[in-house]
Amino acid sequence: MAALQDVSFSVEPSEFISIVGHSGAGKTTLVKMLLAEEKPSSGSVFFESVNVHEVPLKSINTLRRKIGTVFQDFRLLPNKTAFENIAFAMEAAGRPEEEILSDVPHVLELVDLGDKINNFPSELSGGEQQRVAIARAIVNQPDVIVADEPTGNLDPVNTFEIVQILRKINDLGTTIILTTHNKGVIDSLKKRVITMDRGKVIRDDKEGKYIL
Amino acid sequence: MNWVTTKRIFRAGFLDFWRNGFVSLSAILMMIFTLFIIGVSVFTGVILQTTLSEFRSQADMNVYFTVDAQEQRIVELKSSLEALPEVKSVEYLSREEALAAFRERHQNDQLTLQALDELEDNPLGAVLNVEAKDITQYGAIAQFLQGQQALQAGEPSVIDKINYFDEAHRAAIDRLTAITDSSKLIGFFIILVLVATTIAISLNTIRLAIYTSRDEISVMRLVGAGQFYIRAPFMVEGVLYGLIAGVITLVLFYPLTWWLGATTEDFFGGINIFSYYLSHFPLFFLLIVGTGVVLGAVASFLAVRRYLTI
Repeated sequence: MAALQDVSFSVEPSEFISIVGHSGAGKTTLVKMLLAEEKPSSGSVFFESVNVHEVPLKSINTLRRKIGTVFQDFRLLPNKTAFENIAFAMEAAGRPEEEILSDVPHVLELVDLGDKINNFPSELSGGEQQRVAIARAIVNQPDVIVADEPTGNLDPVNTFEIVQILRKINDLGTTIILTTHNKGVIDSLKKRVITMDRGKVIRDDKEGKYIL
Repeated sequence: MNWVTTKRIFRAGFLDFWRNGFVSLSAILMMIFTLFIIGVSVFTGVILQTTLSEFRSQADMNVYFTVDAQEQRIVELKSSLEALPEVKSVEYLSREEALAAFRERHQNDQLTLQALDELEDNPLGAVLNVEAKDITQYGAIAQFLQGQQALQAGEPSVIDKINYFDEAHRAAIDRLTAITDSSKLIGFFIILVLVATTIAISLNTIRLAIYTSRDEISVMRLVGAGQFYIRAPFMVEGVLYGLIAGVITLVLFYPLTWWLGATTEDFFGGINIFSYYLSHFPLFFLLIVGTGVVLGAVASFLAVRRYLTI
């Protein structure tokens, strides 16, 4: 049985869309395909006018710089400090040193972590790590942020904060694709919701609620 | 690749090296082991080589003639020896030359020289120095000489002695024959297996070190880092392992060869590995450090490749 089947939708610029569904509904597989981490057996994913699965491995990274990613398990580089983790994304994009020195403290301030700039991930709480991850995702000013269950490992207070940050980023014009199975998050957002079940899209509501 | 990128790659490599201290340490220790084995095999090869050639040069045959032997008969014997297919060369040392060589050899030994001066006549006979094409053929040549002597049964023999028949010499030749054939092959084989094994272990250590970073590599990819930008710091780390391990190995060899130097000189004859080490240091530096650096870089390059597939 395929993880995803007959999935088809499009996302407009500056949209905030949530993808909901039970575990195993195919949310993470969908995200992996958006990032060209996995290839579909049939069908295609377009970013603007580029089919992401036709981009060769050598140059896929330039496309990924336009997509910021946030994961449930944070995925920070454990041997790098908060500053270095964010700086890495900028360095990889070839940004000059002066920009890194001015932008990194700025985004850390934005996610309210100005005082933890030189801490290693192991010295930060889950919520703080996730905020570093968000700071890393937005620092290159991507067109889209893909957040795969970013609140899955967090308590309600941190969950609320992370969602507020994502909302703020969206207000500044960045498209957000959020996957979650947190009913409270969806209901408070009042944005477009795509509901998935067993690998299929079963609903697509303009101002949706968590219905499952 | 511009200057900023280069700087970032080196900084990342050094930082990772330092922050993954324990992994770096184990990789370096493993690499020292490999490089040490390679160094030891070079020393073994050198000792074997010089010992064998030392043996070989001693394993010629000296035919000593009596003091009153006529030069003409010696020359005849020389040309008939040269006609033998087993013989590579024959060198004729006249009585006067033998005396000069003797004086030369004992120039620091006043007592012997004085005793020599006491004598009215040159006590030394002429010598034919025979070198065979193969050390197993001295027996045949000696038999030939004995045959020649038997032919001239009527006349007094001109040959005083053939030193091939010295038991010690013969034993040396026999031993040498055995050593040359077996030791070369076995030694080469053992060294080959040892070196291959340690290289494999080193490669694997580095692969394991990078295996622990596989998740990081995928994160780096997802954050938009290029393949080269991810791979290069790991290669810097690998080169660092090799460089440090190489220098430590070279330092280790210093007291070791010093300690073994005199022993090897006495036991194996001719070569002092300490002075050999010092005189060939640039070569050792290139070999040991070079192998370490190449090994580290190649191992890292290959190990990272497996995780760059997304």
